[in-house]
Amino acid sequence: MKKNVYSMCGMCTVRCPIRVEVEDNEVVWLEGNPYLLGGALCAKGSAGTALVKDDERPQQPLIREGGRGAGRWRKASWSEAFDYVTEKLKKIKQEYGPESLVVSSRGGPWQGMYKTFCHAFGSPNYTNHDSTCGRNTHHASLSVNGVGRKGFVYDIKNSKHLVLFGRNMFASLRIAENLQTMDMLQKGGRLTYVDVRQTMTGLKATRFFQVRPGTDYALTLSFIHEIVKRQLYDNVFIEKYVTDFEQLCTFIEEYTPAWAAKECGVKEKSILAFIDEVAEDMPQVIFHPGWMLSRYKDSFYASRALHILNVLMGNIEIKGGLIMPKGPGDCGKPGIRNFDCPKPDIKRADGVGWKYKHFDKGPGLQHLFFDAMRTGKPYPVKAWIAMRHDPFTAMPDPQAQKLAFDNCDLLVSIDTHYSEFGWYCDVILPESMYLERDNPVCVQKGPKPRLAVRRKAVEPVYDTRPGWEIFKELADRLDLQDYFPHSTIEDIWAWQLEPTGLTIDDFQEKGFVELTDEVIMYDRDSLDGKIKTPSGKIEIISSKLTDAGLESLKPYISPPKPPKGQFRLVFGRSAVHTHGHTINNILLYELMPENTLWINTRVASKLNVKEGEIVDVIAADGFKQRIKAHVTDFIHPECVFTVHGFGRQVPLQSRAYHAGMSDQKLMVGMLDNWDRAGGGMNLCESFVTVRRSARNPKRRVEL
Amino acid sequence: MNKYMIYLNTKRCIGCHGCEIHCKANKKLPFGAILCEIDHEPLVSIKGVPKTEFSFRSCYQCDDPYCASICPTQAISKREDGIVLVDEEKCIGCMACAGACPWGVPQLNQEKNKMVKCDFCVDRVDIGLKPVCVTKCTTQALRFVTLTRF
Repeated sequence: MKKNVYSMCGMCTVRCPIRVEVEDNEVVWLEGNPYLLGGALCAKGSAGTALVKDDERPQQPLIREGGRGAGRWRKASWSEAFDYVTEKLKKIKQEYGPESLVVSSRGGPWQGMYKTFCHAFGSPNYTNHDSTCGRNTHHASLSVNGVGRKGFVYDIKNSKHLVLFGRNMFASLRIAENLQTMDMLQKGGRLTYVDVRQTMTGLKATRFFQVRPGTDYALTLSFIHEIVKRQLYDNVFIEKYVTDFEQLCTFIEEYTPAWAAKECGVKEKSILAFIDEVAEDMPQVIFHPGWMLSRYKDSFYASRALHILNVLMGNIEIKGGLIMPKGPGDCGKPGIRNFDCPKPDIKRADGVGWKYKHFDKGPGLQHLFFDAMRTGKPYPVKAWIAMRHDPFTAMPDPQAQKLAFDNCDLLVSIDTHYSEFGWYCDVILPESMYLERDNPVCVQKGPKPRLAVRRKAVEPVYDTRPGWEIFKELADRLDLQDYFPHSTIEDIWAWQLEPTGLTIDDFQEKGFVELTDEVIMYDRDSLDGKIKTPSGKIEIISSKLTDAGLESLKPYISPPKPPKGQFRLVFGRSAVHTHGHTINNILLYELMPENTLWINTRVASKLNVKEGEIVDVIAADGFKQRIKAHVTDFIHPECVFTVHGFGRQVPLQSRAYHAGMSDQKLMVGMLDNWDRAGGGMNLCESFVTVRRSARNPKRRVEL
Repeated sequence: MNKYMIYLNTKRCIGCHGCEIHCKANKKLPFGAILCEIDHEPLVSIKGVPKTEFSFRSCYQCDDPYCASICPTQAISKREDGIVLVDEEKCIGCMACAGACPWGVPQLNQEKNKMVKCDFCVDRVDIGLKPVCVTKCTTQALRFVTLTRF
């Protein structure tokens, strides 16, 4: 009997909607949800079938026997592993207080559950991976608009011009967004792409700026300069909703297109021609404020400038612009219930909320916990539970991280695969992979909000458990059952959906429930109350930043050029891998078994490096990795680029083991290099030495 | 005359290689065999934008397929609608077809020791569906086209 299951993909954290056909507990068909994506799915999505059968993922709970990272594991039963973790947690709580626990996750729609566990245990220290991802963009949006980066959705399909700063959307795939962009381009829309190298996204561009690494902010400032000079901005919108516009006009005066052209290494006439296009396409011009912008020292300010450009366009809450996402309340419908527990009234160990008051207190800033581990101040951090999160892959300098984590008495990894961090942990609690597990219902906000759910398609192949059950079992043993009272996922769904009058069966037909038939738009003439800054207006000068002693309009500082023989190390994505998550997937491994080092042709010729030859890439402290060179004209000579996630060192992942090079391991000493204004890490601020490797043999000396 | 072809709208193609994996996952192919391929030309700067042209290649479903005529067990045949397909029951995995094809299209499924090639997902086509690469193409760049004679 064939079974039809609507669910959510889990190969990356976009969670595209999928439809799965199952026969005899085997996936026989997997596609993008036909109602939402018309069947479209990416390579990673289809490779989910290989993950089900992958025997190189943890198959039962593991408890460490040898030293940390030595790879000597004792196979344990679930009850043994739960007891082990909770006994340790109780001991740590008794000795150091409940606040010494940190729970970290990737974020996402179910983080309420992990946060509830953390808070119920008595710790305020829930965090997620975002300080290595979208925190700068998020805080930039908060400072300008009073809402976070998810406070807008981009109506790309109806826009006339999309401007992307390093947002490589055709490699970092979100299928619904990709289809929208393609439709927009096919209708004759424009795409302007800015990056240090050419990418799959840049190929589709109508205009391309290859900029010097770290000069995005300069280019955005010149755009603002020219738009202000030509008075192209939406004056009515600005008068009604924006404060301190005059200060922006004064600040921007010196940042002319001629200056930016020189600074960024682009042509002045291209900047002017771009502004001509913007004038034609206004207001349906979307300046994408960035996604993963934990890159340069001024990425936060570049993102602020991009937000300001959107404000100048007056594209907020219009068709083809930035639309505020709507929830159940906007549809006149009750929302669903979610796991919740108030945050304990204790200072966060990362300093967010008391030492750093201008940051979002929700997940805080993960990298700031290392200081607490090392110094014991403001109090010791002694236990870390990483839920589907791999700090050693996500963050720079794993060696430095290990020294900090060694101060912890308990490290736990809950994950579907062996993460690099998991390999160093004391306990691995293997989560069932996404086709083998149910998840609670979640709200997907947008112009047409809906409820969606992940449903189990097949029974787990190994002795793994779904995330909700792992947290419930831990909670039970810690006497926190009040916060996790449900013993089955059906109970959870019924409890969540009760206020809505829906049942889980209502998701059977399409995998989601739409809360409205029509797109909901707010009245653009009365957006009061929707802009959540302290003044209720869009703030060019953010009072929060001013209070924190930070500038809102920061004068541009030119990034340093790398010393001779060195290059700025830049990393990114490919369309066939999700960072370190998928490198060992046999289908994706076959397509891309290792990464390469992109290097400019002119520079490579000086180093006597030819396409495909091995190069040594050397970090500041002499740490060296080897990788094959990809010699190309289409990367800026100041930088080298590689795809992130490779160079893994988990021996049980036989395919991924030591395949390619790991950029984060070369970022020596970069753990403390972060942006005090934006909160993000500065992951593209390290320089590496590149030379032709001695591993390229001169001649063959054996038979 | 062939009734069908797979057409790639290169303007929509983003070179994500999704089609290759969709195909492999659908046919449950082990490591080794890849039945279709996205490739691209070296980048050329056009009006300041480095551009390329993508191409999609699977089986050409030849009019007089060498793979069929060389097969010692008559496992490969060409249907009325032009689709060239392998009969797994008859195939002995001798790989003669792989050598005969100028493009090396037929490949060995090492798990089954049978040859496998692009057959436009004939099982799907026969029930009115499209080949998997077309159905699941990330940006809907691939199309399954029915050819008509003018």
